[in-house]
Amino acid sequence: MEALLKLLSDNVAGYGSLASPLQYLLPMVLASLCCIALVALFPIVAVYAERKVAAHMQDRLGPMRVGGWHGWAQTIADGIKLLLKEDIIPSEADRVLFKLAPLVVFAGGFASLVVLPFGASVIVSDLNIGVLYVVAISSLGVVGIIMAGWASNNKYALFGGMRAAAQIVSYEIPAVMAILTVVIPVGSLSTQEIVRAQEGGWLGIGNWFIFKPVTAVAFLVYYLASLAEVNRTPFDIPEAESELVAGYHTEYSGMRFAFFMLAEYVNMFVVSAIGATLFLGGWNSPVFGGPVAFMLKSVALVFVQFWLRWTLPRLRVDQLMYVSWKVLLPASFVLVILAGALAVR
Amino acid sequence: MEIAVFLFLSGIAIVAAANILVQRHPIYSALSLIVTFVALAGIYIQMHAEFIAVMQIVVYTGAIMVLFIFVIMLLNAGAEQKVPDKVHVVKYFGLPLASLLIFEAGLTASRTFDGEGIPVESASINLSGNTEMIGRALYTQYALPFEVTSVLLLVAIVGAIVMAKKEL
Amino acid sequence: MRNYFPLLLMFVVVAATVGAIIVLSAVLGPKRRGKVKDSPFECGFQPFQLPTDRFFVRFYLIAMLFILFDIEVVFLFPWAVVFKALGWAGFWSIFIFIFVLGAGYVYAWRKGAFQWE
Repeated sequence: MEALLKLLSDNVAGYGSLASPLQYLLPMVLASLCCIALVALFPIVAVYAERKVAAHMQDRLGPMRVGGWHGWAQTIADGIKLLLKEDIIPSEADRVLFKLAPLVVFAGGFASLVVLPFGASVIVSDLNIGVLYVVAISSLGVVGIIMAGWASNNKYALFGGMRAAAQIVSYEIPAVMAILTVVIPVGSLSTQEIVRAQEGGWLGIGNWFIFKPVTAVAFLVYYLASLAEVNRTPFDIPEAESELVAGYHTEYSGMRFAFFMLAEYVNMFVVSAIGATLFLGGWNSPVFGGPVAFMLKSVALVFVQFWLRWTLPRLRVDQLMYVSWKVLLPASFVLVILAGALAVR
Repeated sequence: MEIAVFLFLSGIAIVAAANILVQRHPIYSALSLIVTFVALAGIYIQMHAEFIAVMQIVVYTGAIMVLFIFVIMLLNAGAEQKVPDKVHVVKYFGLPLASLLIFEAGLTASRTFDGEGIPVESASINLSGNTEMIGRALYTQYALPFEVTSVLLLVAIVGAIVMAKKEL
Repeated sequence: MRNYFPLLLMFVVVAATVGAIIVLSAVLGPKRRGKVKDSPFECGFQPFQLPTDRFFVRFYLIAMLFILFDIEVVFLFPWAVVFKALGWAGFWSIFIFIFVLGAGYVYAWRKGAFQWE
């Protein structure tokens, strides 16, 4: 933010003579527009990539026609199609909440982008509660999902919404505890501080938290829990197509459905980016630092999500609860205690 | 600017709070409560109490509202029916009690606090927020109440299980 | 405080963008309503009933336990931030805290609160 302000005032003639509120407002608007561009572009690329990855894992080709070269324009065409579709609201649905729910879910995914540290000075706002803010925002997303499930007034949607809520809630505690194991040695909640704490070390990667004993296990806990929080396979029972059709967004069509899809992919990116920030050194890199390194790490984690989705079968509900309450939760308890004992000495 | 943001947030909070009472369906009331909490969180941020703001959202909207909604589903509570008021106590005592509460709130608000709590250094608070200050107070001065909280939570866990166990 | 203004602005910009997209899709999309199309989704037949049944008490229990552990985690954050200044005293106070809650956790496990059957 400050960096953008400086860039503008240094390079745009007469910027300093603008009215002072406008001077601050302009970089903010630009930053928001950048985030909107990211939110719009990332799912387009990621959906295409996922279809290609899935296809090649299953020994097929995937989309090949739209746009010519390897069907690169497939998701753009899909997006335009969704925009042109009818927005159906079922007669039994609660109209107000039904219309509002996808927007709440979408806003939840979007708002997390504020604290992602893309580079040393490339961040919308370095909040002093950084990682906790992400936790708070993700808990707002649950409300949107429950709203969608309840407002649809359809048993598949309702069950999907309830299951999603129970699942996200169950996995939130291990995820937050895993985040804590990083906060303890750093002593700050700010995402930039956490990244700076991972600078240097052996080969420039030695201080990344994934290479430290306790936080390495915490990374596994975090990654599993984050998969569950974004409803990705093997934790996708809220939208298990074989029993719940499409879960909480069964009744949605057109652009409102697209908002759920956008939110899903943005959330995938956000949890991966947070994982990269906390455990993989953020924008630190032995070769080239900055936004490129950060994006590469995040996208690599997103790729692992694709990989798992097309490799693993879905868990049952009882297995899901078993993993979170009986495996990850006690493990994260122990990790926090260990992290504390190691850091205090 | 600060005043404008404050008025905006408190306006939302008050309207949403009134909406909780007006709405007939418990789900609507619960969702209005969330709006109130989010607006309150904004006000906490204005007071440099970022940690409290986040806790407000994590604990209240994230956890307690999910519980409320689950309970509404559990009881299958539909829209509220209008029942003729048979309890006259409510009618006669409601207004005086409400005005007493408002009076008390006004009294508290008009009083200035001095000498209590932790001194606020606005320079350091701007940097790290109040998370550190809460931590420092909680784990030195208020360590015993903090430990007692854990016992309280333990009792709550046992209570929740005993209550739900009958149904299982 | 100034750090939080972008957040507010961000929400305004997002609301404007999302609103514009919704309006655009409403303008561009067809509007052909029909009784069958507007009925709740079901696999090719009329739904026998809308979801009015009571819900499984298990959900309540999960939410309740979540709140309790969530509050616990909330207490850990201020500790994690000032941890270095507190030293072993802080560590032991948290250790006792987690230990007491660990007892609750063991109780919940033994009572089968985490069993989804």
